[in-house]
Amino acid sequence: MAERITLTFTLNGKPQTLAVHPMTRLLDMLREDLGLTGTKEGCGEGECGACAVLLDGRVVNSCLIPALQVEGCDLVTIEGLATASGLHPVQAALLAHNGAQCGFCSPGMAISAADLLRRCPNPNHGDVKDALSGNLCRCTGYTKIVEAVQAAARSEA
Amino acid sequence: MIGQSAIRKEGRAKVLGATQYTADVPVEGLWRGATVRSDVPRGILRGIHFGEGIPWSEFTVVTAADIPGKNRVASIVADQPFLVGIGEEVMHPEQPVVLLAHPDRYLLEAARKAVRLEIEPLPAIFDMEASLRQDELIYGTDNLLKEIRIAKGDPAPIWETAAFVIEGDYRTGAQEQLYLETQAILAFANTDENGLRITIQGSLQCPYYVHGAIAGLFELPADHVRVTALEMGGAFGGKEDYPSLIAGHAALLAWKSGHPVRIVYDREEDMAATTKRHPSRTHIKSAFDANGHLLALDVDFQLDGGAYATMSPVVLSRGTLHAAGVYRCPHVAIHGRALATNTPPPGAFRGFGAPQSLFAIERHMDICAQRMGMDPVELRRRNFLRLGDSMATGQVIREDLDLAGLMDRALVELDYDAKRKRFQTENAASPEVCRGVGFAVFMHGCGFTGSGEAKLASVAGLEALPDGRVSVLAASTEMGQGKHTVFAQVAAEALGLPIELVEVAPSDTSRVPNSGPTVASRSTMVVGKLIQDAAVAFRQGLIQQGLLHEPFTPEAFQAAVRAMLARSGSYKTYAQYHTPPQQKWDDTSYQGDAYPTFTWACYATQVAVDTVTWEVAVEDFVAVQEVGRVINPTLATGQVQGGVAQGIGFGLWEEVRMHNGRMANTQLTNYAIPTLADLPEIRVVFLENPHPAGPGGAKGLGELPMNGPAPALLNAVDFAVGPLRLDEVPMTPERLLDRAEEVARG
Amino acid sequence: MRGFLPAMELQRPASLSEALQMLAAHTGRPFAGGTDLMVVYNAGKLRETRFLDIARLPELQGIRETPEYLDLGALCTFTELLAHPAIHRHFPNLVKSAKATGALAIQNRGTLGGNIANASPAADTPPCLLAYGAELELVSPRGTRVVPYELFHQGYKVMDLAADELVTRIRVPKPSGTSVHYFRKVGTRQAQAIAKLSLALVAQVADGCVANLRIGLGAVAPAPVRACHAEAVLQGQPLANLPVAVALEALLADMSPIDDIRSTAHYRSIVTRNLLAQALRTLSATGN
Repeated sequence: MAERITLTFTLNGKPQTLAVHPMTRLLDMLREDLGLTGTKEGCGEGECGACAVLLDGRVVNSCLIPALQVEGCDLVTIEGLATASGLHPVQAALLAHNGAQCGFCSPGMAISAADLLRRCPNPNHGDVKDALSGNLCRCTGYTKIVEAVQAAARSEA
Repeated sequence: MIGQSAIRKEGRAKVLGATQYTADVPVEGLWRGATVRSDVPRGILRGIHFGEGIPWSEFTVVTAADIPGKNRVASIVADQPFLVGIGEEVMHPEQPVVLLAHPDRYLLEAARKAVRLEIEPLPAIFDMEASLRQDELIYGTDNLLKEIRIAKGDPAPIWETAAFVIEGDYRTGAQEQLYLETQAILAFANTDENGLRITIQGSLQCPYYVHGAIAGLFELPADHVRVTALEMGGAFGGKEDYPSLIAGHAALLAWKSGHPVRIVYDREEDMAATTKRHPSRTHIKSAFDANGHLLALDVDFQLDGGAYATMSPVVLSRGTLHAAGVYRCPHVAIHGRALATNTPPPGAFRGFGAPQSLFAIERHMDICAQRMGMDPVELRRRNFLRLGDSMATGQVIREDLDLAGLMDRALVELDYDAKRKRFQTENAASPEVCRGVGFAVFMHGCGFTGSGEAKLASVAGLEALPDGRVSVLAASTEMGQGKHTVFAQVAAEALGLPIELVEVAPSDTSRVPNSGPTVASRSTMVVGKLIQDAAVAFRQGLIQQGLLHEPFTPEAFQAAVRAMLARSGSYKTYAQYHTPPQQKWDDTSYQGDAYPTFTWACYATQVAVDTVTWEVAVEDFVAVQEVGRVINPTLATGQVQGGVAQGIGFGLWEEVRMHNGRMANTQLTNYAIPTLADLPEIRVVFLENPHPAGPGGAKGLGELPMNGPAPALLNAVDFAVGPLRLDEVPMTPERLLDRAEEVARG
Repeated sequence: MRGFLPAMELQRPASLSEALQMLAAHTGRPFAGGTDLMVVYNAGKLRETRFLDIARLPELQGIRETPEYLDLGALCTFTELLAHPAIHRHFPNLVKSAKATGALAIQNRGTLGGNIANASPAADTPPCLLAYGAELELVSPRGTRVVPYELFHQGYKVMDLAADELVTRIRVPKPSGTSVHYFRKVGTRQAQAIAKLSLALVAQVADGCVANLRIGLGAVAPAPVRACHAEAVLQGQPLANLPVAVALEALLADMSPIDDIRSTAHYRSIVTRNLLAQALRTLSATGN
């Protein structure tokens, strides 16, 4: 086994230090080393978006990121989206509009949707499409997810 | 509660990412399991060799020789081994042969690659044509996994006299369920003074199927096996039968290693090895009189059933039973065959044979209209089944059925007539993008086919909880369809309680009765009805005991439940399925009531075909259906939208490419399911017509939406750029280009 | 996950010169956004085991604009490209191709240099870079050289790139005068798709004639290629009367499409020609 390295980064707002193999997938580091299983593996090839997290404020697929590249970064996972005061507006909207059916894509979908609303508080349909077309869902046909994101935008606006 | 859009019970945990799916469950001392598969399609296993460089002594290795009980997966026909043994026949290229377990996932994967199987190859067959010709005899005496004939009247004399006799051939490809959560099973084996006990937790639709498989594999008494379905990240039929195999594997490894073992397939293994929708081919011969009335129908329906029978007999059954579509016809002959090939067995996938045969008949009706110079709307209108008509099996329509009304509503929603005229004019100018509208009218039989429900005799119940709330006891599983919520609504309605006071117990065989598998659009209608009955009994019991007086408040109800528990320790009520007396079915002649009832639908769509690239864009989609009473409109709408999306994928893009019996495109990048950018808003309309078979008048809903999109889309594409030979799905741009060139060549 | 983690090495050189020395010493291969390499690693099919994380080297970052060209760092992500106004102003094909690459999470991570050096024939931005006449800056311990991008790809995954060289920057000259830009990718679906084929065309128009025209093709040859035969037919021709049929025929000599998991040789050949015909209709329309 190659040398482990000590990584330092911010995880859901708190400083984190961890000894890890530099090529460990960020997805595995979250799920196995840190026990944060809200981030899902759907494909392992950057296609489905179930493993989406925010790295320095941008949506990335954690199955495609080696641990070394997280050094010094600010990382937000689904576990960091809700606050003490309750669900993030996109989480609340996904719940209210039945945007989560089996729920397996929902963490990644919520991450991507939250990122969209931060960048673009009043998204049109094209904005939603661009932001979420990297998150595959097999249950909903997306119609209710789009409704949810637009409702979340209205509630935030 | 029935008719209200209650919020999904488990929804909050899902949006928080807090739901624990099988791969998320923390387990102390966990080992991981992996499967070594044959890599030839057919042959005799001669040896197993363990390569160098792997610390084999650290591994648990299981082969067929280790199996303590029956090396056959319990199913309709017990023909599939858990593992192929030395000297036995390998039947397909993903067949499990050796199991490995180790705590380290990386070492486990290296070891999997280091096992070499010595297989003496035998000639293999890969398609239905070769199986039918018996190029090789690989199954039984005729390569037939199942054969079914349905006969009504006698079509033979009609062909001579009919004004129109029109024939057609249709094909559908395999389709991957592509649940986002791959197959995953967790197994525990413990031995105490009473012997071995196996516990399975996993992503599985049918806890009692797995229960039976494990009991047979280890020859254990029923109460030594416990199976719990955890929350599932989608299933769509893909977790109906295959989990029995994986659970057997995980249990064998746990038993031999002495450690809990989890097997999680990666996407590639899941796509390559697990079940798909059966590929099909259908020949239809139809006769019409001069006014377009259907006189006779002869359907030859074939499914590629792969290497073992698995679910093929029942998939074939449903396919043949839907093959005549929604039309009245005095003379019908349907011949169904499931053919063996050396490919991984297909299995259950939403629709279960019906999307295949309905694609054929609904495409055929449009082609017939073309040939006869009739409007496809009018042709259907003249032939729809109505109250009092009999179907191919002799099943009489006993409900007030208005298919013309469904069709008209869908066409109005789409603005079909105006668009038809407008696109005809616009397309005449040969623009780069041609538009079309099309539709399909279809049905889905609710619940198990024929005598299935009678044989199953499902039981569901209600249980009093110590705090005065009530828990629903059923083996039905939650895979995203909303069973937790719908069951709670049905129970709450019958109990007269708010939904918050009703829980739904985990699908754990040690706690819930066998209410049957979570398949066949049966949970809401069949199991829901049992829950309703059990709830009525629960409430009556409290009243009869003098503990509850109507009208009551929720608080009074909870107090009564607590009093009941104080009196008798536990309080449960159960209800069991009984076939309604008027429902008759004969398994040998395939005559009678194939289903307790059907759901009915018309789906209409608008497409744009880009003649530069032959890509088809779906611009509008309207789904109008009659599903009895709708219990939860928001959840039901979501179900339909998701089914339509899968149906659009089936019709246009999702192609399983096979090479020597194995799937070649086992990645999400080359097996293309729709993204958000590929789909329009899917518009859903329910026309309600309560049916006595289900709770509050509800029928089954889950599979119906899969049956209509493919023919509706191809009918619309034909309008846009046809007439072309659009006889196959998925109608990829490559195929569409080929079909267009056929016409250009003349 | 089928990659064997214990065998993997990933190091981060502190500077460009250290990275170049490590490259020269065969310490590892460059690793940037990871959107291609990690997919191969996950599939257990990555042959190399030693990598150098170059993702933070400052010399390979940023977009600089001069009056004549745009100078793009090899580590520019597709998202950074899409955020830059000069890209939108001068290189609409790059905007389209960057938006067509994967989906947002890939665009946030994938880099232009990686898209080039991964040398996939189906990559989305290379046909555009070919049509824009881009040049690559390659740096090694031996020095810096600049190569025209059209000479860079020499066969399937064969590049004019020595083992100790890094693609550091990409220079794209701004089209002058009246120019027409056409790009279209045909994938298996509308997002998250790998191209079945793609075509980029850039033409300058002068005096009603095609003054300077370049065509880049994707996924119809072992590497991204320029359609030199078709270009030769069209160069200098009047917009009002373009020799479309001859150009489409000539395009056949520029392609060698194959049947594979994503499409057929026949479809690629026909539809690539259809795209050129569509591009030429756009071009003619500009003249009117």
